Amino acid sequence: MKHQLNARRLLCPLPVIRTQDKIATLKTGDLLEVICTDPGVKSDIPVWCRMNGHQIQNIQEQDGEISITISVQNSP
Amino acid sequence: MSKQPKAVALISGGLDSLLAVKVIQEQGVYVEGINFFTGFCVEGHTHAVRKKQQNKPKRNNALWVAEQLGIKLHIIDIVEEYKDIVLNPKHGYGANMNPCLDCKGFMVKKATEWIEAHHFDFVITGEVVGQRPMSQRHDTMPVIAAESGCGERLVRPLCGQLLPPTLAEKEGWIQRDKLLSFSGRNRTPQIRLAKRYGFVDYAQPAGGCCFLTDQNYSKKLLDLWQHRPTRNYTLDDIILLKMGRHIRPKPYFKLIIGREEGENNFLRGYRKEFTHIYATSHTGPLVLLDGKWLNDEDRTLSLRIIARYTQGKNADTVSLDVVDKNGNSQTFTVSPLQANNILHDWYL
Ligand code: SF4
Repeated sequence: MKHQLNARRLLCPLPVIRTQDKIATLKTGDLLEVICTDPGVKSDIPVWCRMNGHQIQNIQEQDGEISITISVQNSP
Repeated sequence: MSKQPKAVALISGGLDSLLAVKVIQEQGVYVEGINFFTGFCVEGHTHAVRKKQQNKPKRNNALWVAEQLGIKLHIIDIVEEYKDIVLNPKHGYGANMNPCLDCKGFMVKKATEWIEAHHFDFVITGEVVGQRPMSQRHDTMPVIAAESGCGERLVRPLCGQLLPPTLAEKEGWIQRDKLLSFSGRNRTPQIRLAKRYGFVDYAQPAGGCCFLTDQNYSKKLLDLWQHRPTRNYTLDDIILLKMGRHIRPKPYFKLIIGREEGENNFLRGYRKEFTHIYATSHTGPLVLLDGKWLNDEDRTLSLRIIARYTQGKNADTVSLDVVDKNGNSQTFTVSPLQANNILHDWYL
């Protein structure tokens, strides 16, 4: 299932916190698209995903918005 | 084989917590990290917003530290609960509005609750005896251990040899002679140890780990409290105190003036919560009105101050749009105030 998280206008580390809390409610294989405006997420969300075993599928930037799609790898 | 002991470490993103975890990892303990987000953290915010800093690499130092150590990091939002610590610190404030002793006690208490819920064995902090005037003194460090409920389960690896033995030492999970005996404000031992471990490019924040130790920030926070019916605050309130130039010409309103493009863009995001003002005849900042104007003189004074911060500061007149929260806009033309007519006391 694909989910979306609106993290626009949130400054780091809040987009990471919201991503972390959202992912805790998802299942392995779910996709989460996080939409942010703080450029710090381009480094922070991938680092957080690496340390928790989730995979970044895509990072796109357009008109000041950054969209990061994560493939959730939660243990059962 | 006995089970591998597990610890959780408070990770601020600075050098001390990085080293403290490393010292414990070297003894075979499994470690995860916790970083508490209070809203006052030096991390992120202004760094993320200000355009002129955008050529510097942006990273969250707590995440960076955790990645260097190869540990998981849990970032926990404590903004709401933390208000009581800032508003009513039992042990009072430090040199500025920093309630360090209550803050450390609260964070260790939260970490203790975490280890109990997750079946971990002890808590690690990067505290050093004598390093901070309030929370890291020989007489106050036991207060943190006692009031947090962590007690003997609190390990401070960087100065552990100077403190009474902890549960982790008594149980043989870690060896006391492998702990360190750092004390005082001299950072040389930490820098030497970082070099030995091969850590480079770590963050070295001056002062403290949060804005509450900053004199200018504290002044703005006190001003906010003095001019509101209650001292309660929102996350937006405390973030806005980090942004822009704050000028209070009257007790019932202040102006928040963007200092550069990044801040202007950020402040524009609040246009549905505040009246905002910008010059139309010249290039200039985006300004938020916090409070309200009681009469035309208040408005004219504000617009003349703002005109002073536009490229038309030496022009005869500057035109500005005032847009209320609902998007209703009015244009006014004023003469910019001379610099010496903006009273020193108005600057926060
Ligand atoms: S500097 Fe800030 S975060 Fe650090 S102990 Fe003091 S009040 Fe807490």
